[in-house]
Amino acid sequence: MSDTPVTELSFEQAIAELENVVSQLDNGQVALDESIKLYERGAKLKEHCDAKLKEAEEKVAAIKLGENGTPSGTTPVEGL
Amino acid sequence: MSDLIDDPEPGQNAPEFTVTEVSGAVKRTIEGAFSRVRVRGEVGRVSRPRSGHIYLDLKDDRAVLAGVIWKGVSARLATQPEEGMEVVATGKLTTFGGQSKYQMVIEDIAPAGMGALMAMLEKRKKMLEAEGLFAPERKRELPYLPEVIGVVTSPSGAVIRDILHRLRDRFPRKVLIWPVAVQGAKCAPEVAAAINGFNAMTPGGSMPRPDLLIVARGGGSIEDLWGFNEEVVARAAAASEIPLISAVGHETDTTLIDFAADRRAPTPTAAAEMAVPVRMDLMSHLDTLGGRLLRGVSQGTTLRRQRLADVSRALPRPETLLDSAKQRLDIASLQLGPNLQKMVQGKRLELQSTASPLHPRILRSRIAHLEERSNELAKRLGPSLVRNTATGRDRLNRAEQRLQPDVIRRDIKRSREKLDGLNRRFAALASSQVAAHKERLNSLERMRQTLGYTETLKRGYAVVRDDAGGLVTTADAANAAAGLEIQFQDGRVQTGKGTATSGSTPQKKPQKKPAKKTPPPEDQGSLF
Repeated sequence: MSDTPVTELSFEQAIAELENVVSQLDNGQVALDESIKLYERGAKLKEHCDAKLKEAEEKVAAIKLGENGTPSGTTPVEGL
Repeated sequence: MSDLIDDPEPGQNAPEFTVTEVSGAVKRTIEGAFSRVRVRGEVGRVSRPRSGHIYLDLKDDRAVLAGVIWKGVSARLATQPEEGMEVVATGKLTTFGGQSKYQMVIEDIAPAGMGALMAMLEKRKKMLEAEGLFAPERKRELPYLPEVIGVVTSPSGAVIRDILHRLRDRFPRKVLIWPVAVQGAKCAPEVAAAINGFNAMTPGGSMPRPDLLIVARGGGSIEDLWGFNEEVVARAAAASEIPLISAVGHETDTTLIDFAADRRAPTPTAAAEMAVPVRMDLMSHLDTLGGRLLRGVSQGTTLRRQRLADVSRALPRPETLLDSAKQRLDIASLQLGPNLQKMVQGKRLELQSTASPLHPRILRSRIAHLEERSNELAKRLGPSLVRNTATGRDRLNRAEQRLQPDVIRRDIKRSREKLDGLNRRFAALASSQVAAHKERLNSLERMRQTLGYTETLKRGYAVVRDDAGGLVTTADAANAAAGLEIQFQDGRVQTGKGTATSGSTPQKKPQKKPAKKTPPPEDQGSLF
């Protein structure tokens, strides 16, 4: 079980750790204290992953280019 | 032209032109005859001044044709001319009267057949490959779930729509579109600038920096896609720090950016599929995991509770634990008194049987026996001592006999004899040496006497001295002297000054001469 704060994990890292936690719990080989800790960690990981999945918000913008070809801002793009 | 009509001189009837006229005529002729031509040749030197026009040479093995591509045309070209390229140029010929030159104004230029284009592409690919731009170890992993996706493509058209639709289906994300021309001369520099521009954004800046790039374009002819074969694009893709998916043309079209990209998607839609996972799948997977998590922990607790109950049931009541022990104590207590008595009786019997043979008589007989033995040993003690002393004395005597002073005395005698002999030899040698020295001394003394003047005196010579003691060696001196003294071998005689001796004196005087060596030095001094 890693000690990295859950919020710093990417979705991929979080779900990989969650899978690991679940398989450990499934095995039933973990001490009771440990299994409680694992469960708490797992719950946080799931919450984090859920949040990441709920963030699925589409936002499309096009870059506006200045005279010298460098980006000067964005304009929202609709209807594509 | 009016000159043509009456020209007086023969041979002078050819018309006269001004230079401008000739130049104009040539221009008209050439432009008329070559108003639209297609010329095939190899591109020679290409120069691109700041004006935006392109000047180039078309050549084959024998001739060179100067060409120009005006700025407006060059931007439209699908293929930019490069030195060494085999091309077909379409345009018209025109003259440049100011310098008596002609050139081709090119309106379109295309590689001369696929072969030439492919050969050039292959050459470029080999070069970049040799630089390691396509090496597998340069390829970066795509992020599993990118937050922001940067798309480099044309802002209008089906491609961006396909990508957005597929992203929306799978996992809606933030998308930044960097609009570029996807064909023509502007395509390559714009695409390269877009890739570099996305990389230059700072994470967390005003514009979110994408963590994945897609460079996409729909299908088209190889000329249409040519921009993605340009070196600058391939280099930008290889240098991109953000992982990059290329999706240019259809699956069968391969451009250089595909080699330099981290992943190649066959279509823009496929690129979107590579970019994000399917959200619904993830959600259901996550739900499954959540369920297993809960089940896992609750099952763990249930199992443990069950086991606790089972084990508790098997646990006996505490009072029953003591019962059998209590019973054993009772039995033991009951048996304690009788057993003790029985044991005391037994021990007493044992003591009696052991103590009965224990009697003073036994000790006394044992003492008598030991006394007897001691006396016997005491009797043997005296003779033993005597015997031992005798043996020791014998050994001493034997050793004494072996110790003989004669040997030492003999040694002393022998050494003394040797010393005496050496003494005698030394004495004899010393006396003989003394005798020899004495003999030598005598002979030297004899020699000395023989050589001395006193010996001469013995042979009858005499030494005459005057009264002052000086030697007189001449008759004149004798006459002059007041008195004379004559030395003989046995003594000296004083004579007065007279003639009595004068007769003999002259005789002796000459004889004295040899003896004159011996007189003292003061005599000699007086001679002068």
